[in-house]
Amino acid sequence: MKVARKNSERHSACARGWIVVLSVVVTATDTHRAIDAVWRIESARIIAGLIRIVRDVGLAEELAQDALVAALQQWPESGVPDNPGAWLMATAKHRAIDHFRRNALLERKHQEIVRELEAKQEMAVEDLHTAIDDEVGDDLLRLIFIACHPVLSTEARVALTLRLLGGLTTEEIARAFLAPEPTIAQRIVRAKRTLAEEQVPFEVPRRPELASRLSSVLEVIYLVFNEGYSATAGDDWMRPALCEEALRLGRILAELAPKEPEVHGLVALMEIQASRSRARTGPSGEPILLLDQNRELWDQLLIRRGLAALERAEKLGGARGPYALQAAITACHARARLPQDTDWPRIVAFYEQLAQLTPSPIVELNRAVAVAMAFGPAEGLQIIDTLVSEPSLKSYHLLPSVRGDFLFKLGRFAEARVEFERAVSLTRNAREREFLLERARTCAEAPANSGPR
Amino acid sequence: MRFLMLVKHGENPGPPPKEFLDAMTKLGEEAAKSGTMLQSGGLSPLAKSTSVRLSRGQLTTIDGPFSESKEVVGGFAMFELKSKEEAIEGAKQFMELHKKYWPGWEGETEVRQVLGTEAFDPKA
Repeated sequence: MKVARKNSERHSACARGWIVVLSVVVTATDTHRAIDAVWRIESARIIAGLIRIVRDVGLAEELAQDALVAALQQWPESGVPDNPGAWLMATAKHRAIDHFRRNALLERKHQEIVRELEAKQEMAVEDLHTAIDDEVGDDLLRLIFIACHPVLSTEARVALTLRLLGGLTTEEIARAFLAPEPTIAQRIVRAKRTLAEEQVPFEVPRRPELASRLSSVLEVIYLVFNEGYSATAGDDWMRPALCEEALRLGRILAELAPKEPEVHGLVALMEIQASRSRARTGPSGEPILLLDQNRELWDQLLIRRGLAALERAEKLGGARGPYALQAAITACHARARLPQDTDWPRIVAFYEQLAQLTPSPIVELNRAVAVAMAFGPAEGLQIIDTLVSEPSLKSYHLLPSVRGDFLFKLGRFAEARVEFERAVSLTRNAREREFLLERARTCAEAPANSGPR
Repeated sequence: MRFLMLVKHGENPGPPPKEFLDAMTKLGEEAAKSGTMLQSGGLSPLAKSTSVRLSRGQLTTIDGPFSESKEVVGGFAMFELKSKEEAIEGAKQFMELHKKYWPGWEGETEVRQVLGTEAFDPKA
């Protein structure tokens, strides 16, 4: 494979050059916008199909990119073909044959691949599409698993998943994660190299490995979602495109692996959280907390989808999985038409289960909030106070923020103010900082110790 | 961005060929697997429908069939997509299936963006 890799690196520099040209041209005409759309719809399937054939993620992606470039050259004149996906796939396969032919030191394996491809290429384009279609589902699932392979760092998994499955450009990924583009590009190149060097097979893992491999996939998807939902830095409180992307990936996975309860649990969690997107920011982008949100803005379609996904998880015996439990908590909120209808004791019970399953200071923090709502801020404060010395929460702005809230509700405004100001110094998000500053100001204006609110 | 696709055709298109139904089932599965289709459904024929109309200050309830309608909405689907182009591309694929597997069928797919869903897309 050594030779192939060398070749593919040269190729890769070339493809990068094209992408620069592409991004300039793509905005130019309607056809290019249509190609953009086709690419987004078809790219993951095409790349997945190609990996199965050429057995190399990097090479497969480049071949797909080559096909895209060909489309950009030809479609503006010829028009978009009736079956654009099949056209792209056929073109990529031609390129694969060319690529292996050019290679002076054909290995036996490559010869086999070429023979196999040529045989298939003789079929009509239409048949080709049907031929690959049968395995498309499996290929996509394999692609998800290889992009989220534990041999890669979490950051690399995220970047590769967005790139290969989301069809996002390096620039888009960089923008979403507020990282320099070359950093992301490097990350993706290195990830592909690692997959090749470690000879990671293109397959759906079997049990017993499946559980841990699946949780790696779910972790990546939820990380993408959270990055979009509660952006850790930057001016926008959330970056909705990432939420959408994660939701799409989750829904795909739920169709491809329908018997895995935690997949449905995660989808339920994301659907219900996403249902609040429109309600959780005010007109100027400021955050609005759950209990202050206008629930009429909650997206009932997404809530219904979320509740249905949760039911699927429960029917598969997964009610106590970590994602399903979190989904069950968000479902309690989703079912409450008014904030005062919220079944807080039930939420506390779910948090207790979650704390047993995946004990963590963050879960405790959330449990404290639920306890405060169910049984009063004094009860919540008791839990919080056990977390104050927790090293992992030392620079977590939500700890002082929540503690400040409890103190505020208990009428201890001076102490609350100190906590809010501490939270201000810890958050990296501009919107959140303004929000916390405002709360600190309210404390300052409140008459000292005027009693609980 | 969310899009509502409305499929319109003549009142009585007749029974669809089996090849069409097969292709449709497959497209539906693919749409579900693409993670973009939120909801879809077929609608009962106009003969079994009712229209509640306001005209000149008068409310009238009329049971179908309605003689004046040439085209009816036969089905709908709701998608969450990145762009209008993506929606159009999807509608084209859908109509290609009609062209290929249901000779003589005529109709249209109306691509309508659901307003108020731009919040999901800061660029919109």
